[in-house]
Amino acid sequence: MKTIKLSRALFRAGMLTMLVIGSAQAAKTDVTIGMQLEPPNLDPTGGAAAAIDEVVYANIFEGLTRFGSDGAVLPALAKSWEISDDGLTYTFALQEGVKFHDGSEFNADDVKFSIDRAMAEDSTNAQKQLFANIDSVENVNGAAVITLKASDGNLLFNLAWGDAVIVPAEAIETLATSPVGTGPFKFKNWVQGDQIVIEKNPDYWGEAVKLDTATFKFISEPTAAFAAMMAGDVDAFPVFPAPENLAQFEADPRFTVVLGSTEGETILSTNHKQPPLDNIKVRQAIAHAIDRTAIIDGAMYGYGTPIGTHFAPHNPAYVDLTAKSEYDPEKSKALLKEAGLEDGFSTTLKLPPPAYARRGGEIIAAQLRAVGIDVEISNLEWAQWLEQVFKGKDFGLTIVSHTEPMDIGIYANPEYYFQYDNADLQALLASFAEETDSEQRTSMLQQAQNIISDDYVNGYLFQLAKTGVASAKLKGLWENSPTQANDLTGVYWED
Amino acid sequence: MKLRSLVPGAFLVLLFFSAALVSYVWTPFDVTLIDIKSRFQSPDATHWLGTDHFGRDLFSMLMVGARTSIFVAIVAVGIGMLVGVPLGLAAAANTGNLLDEVIMRTNDMVFAFPALLIAILITASYGPGAVNAIIAIGIFNIPVFARLSRAAALSVWKRDFVLAARAAGKNALRISLEHILPNITNLLIVQGTIQFSLGILAEAGLSFVGLGAQPPIPSWGRMLSDSQTLIMTEPQLALIPGLAIVLTVLGLNLLGDGLRDWLDPRLRRER
Amino acid sequence: MLHYIFKRTLILLATLIVASLVVFVSLEIVPGDPASYMLGLNAQEDTVAALRAELGLDKPKIARYFSWVSGLVTGDFGTSYTYRTPVADMVQDRMWVSLPLAIYALALSTLIAFPAGVYAASRRGGAGDTTVMGLTQLGVAIPNFWFAMLLVLLFAIKLRWFSAGGFPGWDAGFFQAMKSLTLPAIALALPQASILTRVMRSSLLDVLNEDFMRTARAKGLTRRQALWKHALRNAMIPVLTIMGLQFSFLLAGAIIIENVFYLPGLGRLIFQSIASRDLIVVESVVMLLVLAVVLVTFLVDLAYAWVDPRLRGTR
Repeated sequence: MKTIKLSRALFRAGMLTMLVIGSAQAAKTDVTIGMQLEPPNLDPTGGAAAAIDEVVYANIFEGLTRFGSDGAVLPALAKSWEISDDGLTYTFALQEGVKFHDGSEFNADDVKFSIDRAMAEDSTNAQKQLFANIDSVENVNGAAVITLKASDGNLLFNLAWGDAVIVPAEAIETLATSPVGTGPFKFKNWVQGDQIVIEKNPDYWGEAVKLDTATFKFISEPTAAFAAMMAGDVDAFPVFPAPENLAQFEADPRFTVVLGSTEGETILSTNHKQPPLDNIKVRQAIAHAIDRTAIIDGAMYGYGTPIGTHFAPHNPAYVDLTAKSEYDPEKSKALLKEAGLEDGFSTTLKLPPPAYARRGGEIIAAQLRAVGIDVEISNLEWAQWLEQVFKGKDFGLTIVSHTEPMDIGIYANPEYYFQYDNADLQALLASFAEETDSEQRTSMLQQAQNIISDDYVNGYLFQLAKTGVASAKLKGLWENSPTQANDLTGVYWED
Repeated sequence: MKLRSLVPGAFLVLLFFSAALVSYVWTPFDVTLIDIKSRFQSPDATHWLGTDHFGRDLFSMLMVGARTSIFVAIVAVGIGMLVGVPLGLAAAANTGNLLDEVIMRTNDMVFAFPALLIAILITASYGPGAVNAIIAIGIFNIPVFARLSRAAALSVWKRDFVLAARAAGKNALRISLEHILPNITNLLIVQGTIQFSLGILAEAGLSFVGLGAQPPIPSWGRMLSDSQTLIMTEPQLALIPGLAIVLTVLGLNLLGDGLRDWLDPRLRRER
Repeated sequence: MLHYIFKRTLILLATLIVASLVVFVSLEIVPGDPASYMLGLNAQEDTVAALRAELGLDKPKIARYFSWVSGLVTGDFGTSYTYRTPVADMVQDRMWVSLPLAIYALALSTLIAFPAGVYAASRRGGAGDTTVMGLTQLGVAIPNFWFAMLLVLLFAIKLRWFSAGGFPGWDAGFFQAMKSLTLPAIALALPQASILTRVMRSSLLDVLNEDFMRTARAKGLTRRQALWKHALRNAMIPVLTIMGLQFSFLLAGAIIIENVFYLPGLGRLIFQSIASRDLIVVESVVMLLVLAVVLVTFLVDLAYAWVDPRLRGTR
């Protein structure tokens, strides 16, 4: 009897706190965003970890240009720009009255400093290649003038990356732990291993944000992420780590499941220097042995778009080439026979940690085994994968999602880890870089997609979907992921 | 008292050993076949325990998983014994000497490294796999056996027949092999069963974090980690492999206790 | 005794020096480069080299070993490669999770084990003893990470009494912090409590068989009085030894549990740092753990020698 009374009292107390929280929710101006990985530091110009940009991009730091939620390149710190007739000189007019969070004024010297620093010999910028074509940056009467070595249709796009944001010279020493930018949010504090808090920047030059504070909470275990969402500890999980749990959120009216696209082409990378994978027949056989539907269902619970080449399906220049590598185990066996491998062969499949690779790898191994290819799986952590596969090129097959936007250029680099070497494609992509006519560019991109697909360079699996979960009342989060970011500038609570 | 733990222990251990042995020649289904369309089936006449997230037969997975667990644990305990016991005997034969000190301090040091850390380091250097799990668990077992056999040997060294053998001019090596070792064998067997059960737990833990046997070889720990995110919707996938681990370890511990009572009635009083 | 302490201290120092070498060497041979891990897939060769230089990774290994060890001695643990913050601060932060968790778990396990062990010993051979022993058998057989999963399922997802993990920090209030450590502490305590119960029971039974206990009984004390008056105190040495070992185990051995509950503790710090090849962090934390275990052993040895002077000669 006693215990019953006690539990009732507890229940009442619980109701009471629920009511208090409930009434507070009406005027909510704070948000808690769940992320699977914690950023190692907060300097987007000194590291490649996606988690850095997921905290700071558009929130704390801004560049001359930026990505919109649909992937379009928009003006940011640059109000407007003029391009010289030869395409070599870009003159950026800058926003006025912009201050860094430490109170110092932003001007063209900061632009010069930031880009010079990223290009410098001792630069530790993870995307240094973005700046390879820049000759110089100067402050000309308050405007930032960028001179190129050769005309380049990609400059505005490149400057929109998180790695190209503008940082103040006097704060670079401490960027990693207490970032200072120009964005609508200021860094507040970081409880390492748990959360980062940012708050509204009252002196922001542009349109003020609607939130007062935002907390990024790092939860790596999918079960814990699920429980945190269900308990309301976290308001949104823009990239929810376990697609198998999304159905439960869909069934719950408190949540919306946000499905969007990402720039992640998930591919079965193939080592072109390792026989028999150097044989196009063998690669084609692998392509026909793969059942994409089973992989998307089995590994991603149906979330993902099949691809037949290395290109994002939501891009207007995309060509659907999946038919060239449709699932056909008989054809696959026949191709192996043509290649003189009717008894099959064995190779390695080295898998990095994400679930798409681990689960997808197990399924692919089973599918390849069905046509006689014996695959030895080894699960690697990222550091090992980088060392063995990416740097050491010691692998037969691997699965990885290439999440950089518009990264078809990697196929023109014969040194890249899968070591595809095709002079035609290299020439095509070289002329693409200099081409500025957009129709021409589209047709060149489509040609490139075809070449890659015809050569069965890698096994093309699916475009990674962005599977997010958010409280139904939270509005304004990015649906898609043109770059890895959690842009909170447009986020607000609906009453 | 004897039979109370020996019989159920032996029964459980036998059950899992035979499941493991039978799996070499027969399992209800092939555990390497993946069929996404038939995933998450409830237990029925075809799939006795249902199917997992890849549509594989859970009962067959458990059988082959038993094999992985038992194999890893047996070899690891074997390594621990083969290295640890000679070290312990050598330390006991040289008490107070530098050798004893060096062996025992090295032991302390190895003991201080968490087994999981050893496994992570080996895996980071040589890639993952069952072999690494074996080595990591094996290393962890060395100090256990070294300490135990040193302590046990020390008490045997004080016994009359050893003193007599010494007086007869036998050297330490011969005494250790002829007199000490046979007298601590029972103790080692008992400890062996206990370490074996700890080995099963350790293997499960390592493969739970992905450091054990690699797919497609099933292992209980990985079955548990695969089921972690499904625990809300398909709880049986998390419950069944967990119960298999508990029952096996329980069986081994009961067997160990039973063996102790049976082999050495004097020890019964102490525990 | 002084001579003995001096000798033991020398041995302790030698152990630590060897340990530091072993830790450094075994981590340095691990392939993988923190700089290329940080810079990702698109980084250029010269960028990686520049970062390596900035982190001091281009210096020879021997020089790095000595600067690491001399730093350890003076309390300067260096700066983390990836987090760019002093390792000492990180360890301190994590310690405030791991230490309370270990103490909490040990307290729970002691609270269960002492009464259970005494009860079982006093009912030796009876139904109560058999029940307690049966339960401890079950307790040691349950993998703690599986137990943790079940706790999360029941208390966090179904009943929602606790959150499934995370640590709000001590700033969030003592009660909140303790609450978030409760499920992990229970998961850790279960096997420890089972082991401790067994040790408690058997060492009590050992003592009960000793001569002075017989004398006490002969003097007219009942079995139960004898148990309380004499046996308990004398049975504490092995129990405390085991508790000491368990404590150092709990400090480091909670890696998997910390991962299941995503607690920012020492174990998870090691796990993350190895993944990012933040070797200086791993080296320092492992060294601290080794120090903890070696110190516990040292203190236990001294305590034994103090209690039983005969041991001073043989060890």
